[in-house]
Amino acid sequence: MSLNFNEKWQKHFDLLSSSLFSNLKSEEDLNLNLQGEDSTFLRFNQSMVRQNTRVEQVLLSMSFQGSGRRVQFELMLTGDLENDRNLTSSLLERARSEVQALPVDPYLVPMKSNGDSVREYHGKLPLAADAIKMIAETTAGVDFAGFYTGGPVLRASRNSKGQKHWFSSENFFVDYSLFTKNSDGENKAIKGVYADLNWDQNQFSKQLQSSQNQLSLMSRKSQLIKPGAYRTYLAPAAVAEILGTMSWNAFSLKCFKQGLSGFKKLYEKEKSLSPLFTLRENFDMGLCPQFNQQGEMAPAQIVLVEKGIAQNWLSSSRSEKEYGIAANGCDPEMLRSTEILPGQLPEDKVLQELGTGLYLGNLHYLNWSDVPGGRITGMTRYAGFWVEKGEVVGPIQDLRFDESLYQIFGSELAALTREQHIDPSISTYLQRDLGGRKNPGALLNKMTFTL
Amino acid sequence: MLTLSIPIYEKLPNSLDLRLAIQWLTGKADWIGLRLYQEITHQRGARNGHPDENQVSFDRGVMVEVFHQGHFGYCGTAHLTKAGLELACHQAKQMAEAGAKYKVADFDLSAVRPRSVGHYRSPVFKNLDCETLGDFSETLRLASLKLKVSDQIVNAIANARLVETSIHYVSSDGSDTLQEFLLLGHNYAATAQQGSESQTRSDHGGVASCSQIGLETWDRAEILNRCARIGKEALELLQAPNCPSEKMDLILAPDQMLLQIHESIGHPLELDRILGDERNFAGWSFVKAEDFGQLQYGSKLMNATFDPSVPGEYASYAFDDCGNPAQREYLIKDGLLVRGLGSLESQFRSHLPGVANFRASSWNRAPIDRMANINLEPGSSNLKDMIAQTEKGILMEANMSWSIDDYRNKFQFGCEYARLIENGKLTSVVKNPNYRGVTVPFWNSLKAVGNAQEVEIYGTPWCGKGEPSQVIRVGHSSPHCLFSQVEVFGGVQ
Repeated sequence: MSLNFNEKWQKHFDLLSSSLFSNLKSEEDLNLNLQGEDSTFLRFNQSMVRQNTRVEQVLLSMSFQGSGRRVQFELMLTGDLENDRNLTSSLLERARSEVQALPVDPYLVPMKSNGDSVREYHGKLPLAADAIKMIAETTAGVDFAGFYTGGPVLRASRNSKGQKHWFSSENFFVDYSLFTKNSDGENKAIKGVYADLNWDQNQFSKQLQSSQNQLSLMSRKSQLIKPGAYRTYLAPAAVAEILGTMSWNAFSLKCFKQGLSGFKKLYEKEKSLSPLFTLRENFDMGLCPQFNQQGEMAPAQIVLVEKGIAQNWLSSSRSEKEYGIAANGCDPEMLRSTEILPGQLPEDKVLQELGTGLYLGNLHYLNWSDVPGGRITGMTRYAGFWVEKGEVVGPIQDLRFDESLYQIFGSELAALTREQHIDPSISTYLQRDLGGRKNPGALLNKMTFTL
Repeated sequence: MLTLSIPIYEKLPNSLDLRLAIQWLTGKADWIGLRLYQEITHQRGARNGHPDENQVSFDRGVMVEVFHQGHFGYCGTAHLTKAGLELACHQAKQMAEAGAKYKVADFDLSAVRPRSVGHYRSPVFKNLDCETLGDFSETLRLASLKLKVSDQIVNAIANARLVETSIHYVSSDGSDTLQEFLLLGHNYAATAQQGSESQTRSDHGGVASCSQIGLETWDRAEILNRCARIGKEALELLQAPNCPSEKMDLILAPDQMLLQIHESIGHPLELDRILGDERNFAGWSFVKAEDFGQLQYGSKLMNATFDPSVPGEYASYAFDDCGNPAQREYLIKDGLLVRGLGSLESQFRSHLPGVANFRASSWNRAPIDRMANINLEPGSSNLKDMIAQTEKGILMEANMSWSIDDYRNKFQFGCEYARLIENGKLTSVVKNPNYRGVTVPFWNSLKAVGNAQEVEIYGTPWCGKGEPSQVIRVGHSSPHCLFSQVEVFGGVQ
């Protein structure tokens, strides 16, 4: 009987790690981390297939510690046990030589067992040919550009102290845009993501129909909005984009200590955010493993900001060693599974509460424009509307914003919606990402637009 | 002595022979291409006098490409045995068959997969065998200490990234190209802090110092000198006032021109963007097919080239990933848009002139239209004259922040370091310098371009694009350039 992807690589990882651990000498430690996927990638333009690719890749990370030093290797595994044993044995020998040539690492964290865990999410995914047919035929007649990704993803961690974690998920997403031209002949678009463990053709069709309904609003005449400050509603996808930028350096202990934090003034209590704003890491959402690459388990929830006041950093064991502040299993010190707690504003009252101003469905290409000042810039994209007296007037021509986070989630935050939306990570750089965000929409008294 | 070289693949008993592999597979489909991509990436770093990063990544696999009824199917595998490649070929064929009925274009194989044979090797005089790990690490450690010119420097990092890449491409109709690269990138950065204010100064902006070169340029004394200057400039920024907010003339140094070229020339000219492939991810383009030969993109001083032939520039190569021989082409000539960045596939679809830029980030991604080296050609001015002719202006250096819309029109970029220009002279240093504009009006405000003696060459390893997403290396060279009446501004007051 042939083994499926997870079974095959679990067995391979067992044999490879046993072999490597048995070759360690006393005073040597080894952490192994596995990141793998068997992915189908389908790219569509105008509902037709531009490129379709199948990729199986499994990357092994080896972190070797000895003589007070650490060296790390990453190796793309071949799946052939003899080859992989040869390659990893060579790397183990190299690691032993390297620790003799490198200076002592004062922030080295001694290895220990961080327990064991297994979490597996099974799904029902279409074959590539079926997915192509369903997507191409369901979207025929619409200007659809989109991307389907599906297949198993795994993460695993073991070390020579006995730690053993396994996480796998069979999932898919269709990330798509629908395009139209409005009455001025300008391109306008709507964004959508259909993601799950089990493909449901009816659900996909329903979601697409809903997107098409939204697209009809975009065909109205464009509203030219001059730079300035406007009352603004940021839909959940737009808030999620801001969270993505904050993830880089806003909550990291290391960044705070190294002068690179976007929230230095928040953590120093020089500034605060709105009492409406509470943000936490929440691993109970099941979007990603609770263990990190070192196999350390983060708490199920880590409150970073509570009612506008900074509470905790994302902190790794290495930062704890250097700065003496307790670690909470976050390595790297970035947001992985983030939640902004909801507010009181019902989504169906958003336009009414907005009154006159901007409704922004999505934001694009955000970046810090002043890190110490906590200011970010970016563009509006997709469903952006001008609203007057609670009624959509028409789509806007895209605007650039440049605004401090202390205003967006602080002094100008009027309300958060009662409903939260889940935004699973759809990043596929180097490999398929896991994790995501769950957050409400945000109504701001004003937001500054510059171009 | 333990050198930087780690030749683990050479020790494998049954290494893959790609020329033999294509013989195993020939006949299993109408046409098959195999691209063996092997890359070893060394990341070494020190921070505040201590080791910070010692990681080496070994990546190797084959992308199998199968042509069937006008469409290509792809399958990437790291299982490099006969059985592994046969399975990947079968799966690539399944992908081609599944996509053929719904394909975006009915490709003519001979138009998009030329038969090519050749070899390219990047210029190297000292390879990784010539440097010991101990000496290399010690240079980085000393560099991080040299950056720390004051207790106000709270973070001092020195890191280097060495990449050994080999791309071997063969096809069932006789293509056989082998390209080998050694790449060196390095960065030295100091962050100065006082109270809640902090400022970072780096070596030309973090990742910009990168080239195709060997260790012949790895000079400890020169690196330490450079670090002392960087540390001092971080302290200068800490004490500096904010950049003023007003319209003024702007001189961009080559280490910021790289970003300006990249975002507002490179991406909008990619033909796959213009064709709409990228609309769901990075975006579309304000450039339309009918603009080629018509659009006055910039002033008459603007000349931009696609040039993969510059020795040592980060993205030089002889063939792209479909075997198309690469050569220098003008994209913009005397300010007029003349050519796009489109591969043979995009040229076939759009009927527009293009270049050899069908590139994949690794074995696990299909090639797409990418930049390579996109350069702003030199003019006749020089920095001294540009400053002298500026009554009120600013000189900005080293990219720090970047953002542009999905059609590549409205941009806002930030730099690390700037000096005001008053009455033809450089005056005070200002912090948090930013500027914003719209692509075509901005390039039309170009009023001086430095000469060939002042060209500097930079690049980045991190250009992102595509579904599935890919990061790829690009190079950008430019002299200093002067733009008139640009909106500049500073940080939060």
